[in-house]
Amino acid sequence: MTTKHRTINPRARRAGSRSRARRRNPLLAPRKSLALTIVTATFLVYALLPIAWLLINATKTQPDLLSTFGLSFGSSFALGDNIAATLAYDDGIFLRWLGNTLLYVLAGAGGATLLATLGGYGLAKYRFPGRGAYFAVVLGAIAVPGTALAVPTFLLFSQLGLTNTPWAIIIPSLVSPFGLYLIWAYTVESVPTEVLEAARLDGAGELRTFFSISIRLLTPGIVTVALFAIVATWNNYFLPLIMLSDPQWYPLTIGLNQWNAQAQGVGAEPIFNLVITGSLLTIVPIVAIFLFMQRFWQSGLGAGSVKQ
Amino acid sequence: MKRSTSTILTKAIAALAAAVLSAATLTACGGSSAPGGGGGTGAGATGSAADLDAALQKGGELTYWTWTPTGQAQADAFMKQHPKVRVKVVNAGTGGDHYTKLQNAVKAGAGAPDVAQVEYYALQQFAISDALLDLKQYGLGGLKDLYTPSTWEAVNVGDGLYGLPQDSGPMIMAYNKEVFDENGIDVPATWEEYIAAAKKIHEADPKAYITNDAGDPGFINPLIWQAGGRPYQVDGTNVRIDLQDEGTKKWAGMWNRLLQPGLLSDIPSWSDDWYKALNNGDIATLITGAWIPGILESSVEQGKGKWRIAPVPSYDGSPDTSENGGSSQAVLKQSKNPALAAAFLRWLNSSDESIGVFMEGGGFPSTVKQLNSAEFLGETPEYFGGQKINEVMVKASQHVTSGWRYLPFQVYANSAFADTAGQSYIKRGDLNAGLQAWQAQLVTYGNQQGFTVNK
Repeated sequence: MTTKHRTINPRARRAGSRSRARRRNPLLAPRKSLALTIVTATFLVYALLPIAWLLINATKTQPDLLSTFGLSFGSSFALGDNIAATLAYDDGIFLRWLGNTLLYVLAGAGGATLLATLGGYGLAKYRFPGRGAYFAVVLGAIAVPGTALAVPTFLLFSQLGLTNTPWAIIIPSLVSPFGLYLIWAYTVESVPTEVLEAARLDGAGELRTFFSISIRLLTPGIVTVALFAIVATWNNYFLPLIMLSDPQWYPLTIGLNQWNAQAQGVGAEPIFNLVITGSLLTIVPIVAIFLFMQRFWQSGLGAGSVKQ
Repeated sequence: MKRSTSTILTKAIAALAAAVLSAATLTACGGSSAPGGGGGTGAGATGSAADLDAALQKGGELTYWTWTPTGQAQADAFMKQHPKVRVKVVNAGTGGDHYTKLQNAVKAGAGAPDVAQVEYYALQQFAISDALLDLKQYGLGGLKDLYTPSTWEAVNVGDGLYGLPQDSGPMIMAYNKEVFDENGIDVPATWEEYIAAAKKIHEADPKAYITNDAGDPGFINPLIWQAGGRPYQVDGTNVRIDLQDEGTKKWAGMWNRLLQPGLLSDIPSWSDDWYKALNNGDIATLITGAWIPGILESSVEQGKGKWRIAPVPSYDGSPDTSENGGSSQAVLKQSKNPALAAAFLRWLNSSDESIGVFMEGGGFPSTVKQLNSAEFLGETPEYFGGQKINEVMVKASQHVTSGWRYLPFQVYANSAFADTAGQSYIKRGDLNAGLQAWQAQLVTYGNQQGFTVNK
């Protein structure tokens, strides 16, 4: 927690006296409040308890899982065995699912970030006919939840023969109206038109201006959008659930659900220990990405509040 | 089970590379609709028994959706015998997920497998929505005598034969003998005795229950069936739903006496809590299908030596029972090669070899010959204290009462159960009220879907 403060404070100081006055109070001289501390502590426990549960139970064998208390360790420490079994189960299908998830994240979230950046920047810095209408459509699209579009998208894709292929996940993931809006807002705030004009006067083309100047100014915004897109794609559940029927193309979310469903009905083969260990392995990369990228994210979210 | 880290790493890299590669080459393939060989006769074609052998000779590719644990092993055995045929086994999900995907593919007109597992309760729905091929055109109607009457009845819808039975689940009672002995309870032969046993068990240990029921339509339908209820009548698109017929009321009245005083555990079946309660004896009996022994043996390890199988309790001392669960396999009309699909299906659910593989995996068959083989009847599994459990279960399979039908929208009906009848469970209220609410929902839905329900 303290490191966060250190990364923000120098920026606040650099950002000019008016904003400093506004930001200093809560950060540098926080008032102590018992009630708030208790509320925050409650939320901390609320957030960490499931993760603690996951960590503890990933160390248990299935018989232990079914015979011991949820927040205590079992009779043996089987984390290593569980991980090995998770990775080996069904000819290593878990690794295949991990590869699929990475593919969807790289292509889907990467593409979404690229398109949102280009679109948002263009809308913010260029005047062209239909710009207002286009912008209204994007804003309207933010209000439509992806889940509501899943079934029409499915029917569309099945007409195109694309269901049960990775394209069925990647193509819808490429569209991120919220990301586009975020980049638009960020561009308006942090890419001064004067800088662009100076670059043009110096003879730089639009592409050169974009790639050597704007994109650097936009980095925190782009990372923010990328992080949103990565998390959304990593956790994507409903779309792959209806689009994919071949487990060879499943992402981790759907694959783990399939393992969980094995505990049901005629011929049930519960593998709760693998479901839990698999869930743990699934959240490790996303937690790592989050921790790695959060410093960009913090400055990104704070950017709009600093007036120059 | 253990592997060295280097193989795991190699596998990870290979998986990644494969994922990236195949995504890159997908544009060239353009989806999965390319027919294998072009020898298909087209969807819904007519044919004869001779076509099946010809199709096997010619070979081709098939996709088979199943979640049967032995599905892959059976397909492997088939391909060994018929090297020209490639069967791709896909586990598209278990139960509900599987049907959602199957229904989606049928609606979309593409993407369905050639052969799919369809449980008896869902078969009618897919048959009526014109998704399945009538197998009579290939002469598979002649296989009738191989199967128990109740499973054969389940795969015949109207005049058509829409699947071949894989397994069966005549309803029996599995009970934890240790719990019974501790409480001095004799195996209940009637529901009256069962209710008395429920009281005794729960009074002796408030954590312990005779059984669990959190409101599961897949469980109560067979119970209604056993009580003589026939709440669903189907004639083409004319449907009658009467969840207050005599048999249904008989069951509801009896079950009320367990539900309302709190003698039933509210742990949902198949949850981790459920497995836990079976392991530690908090759930003393299961009224369930004859496929349960394999699950107990593999996943309720602490019950070893304690569980036994008995006939399901009766109302009047008769051995009448019903079917709880069980699956058939069916050929989809979308299949590009229906003759080959039907030939595979015929082998899958009628050849000794395939059924042998299925039974080795702990399956309970639907074929009379295997059910009555001396070897099967004589098995004395250690888990069940050496009891000849198959004798009890095969006897049950002979007393499944006839005339039961599921709704042509039973998959939906089961999903609507929790919101309607499920409320009776939560409030521990009168089950009849819940059943009426369920019925009202089903009548509305059925009429919306183009059926004529209760008109």
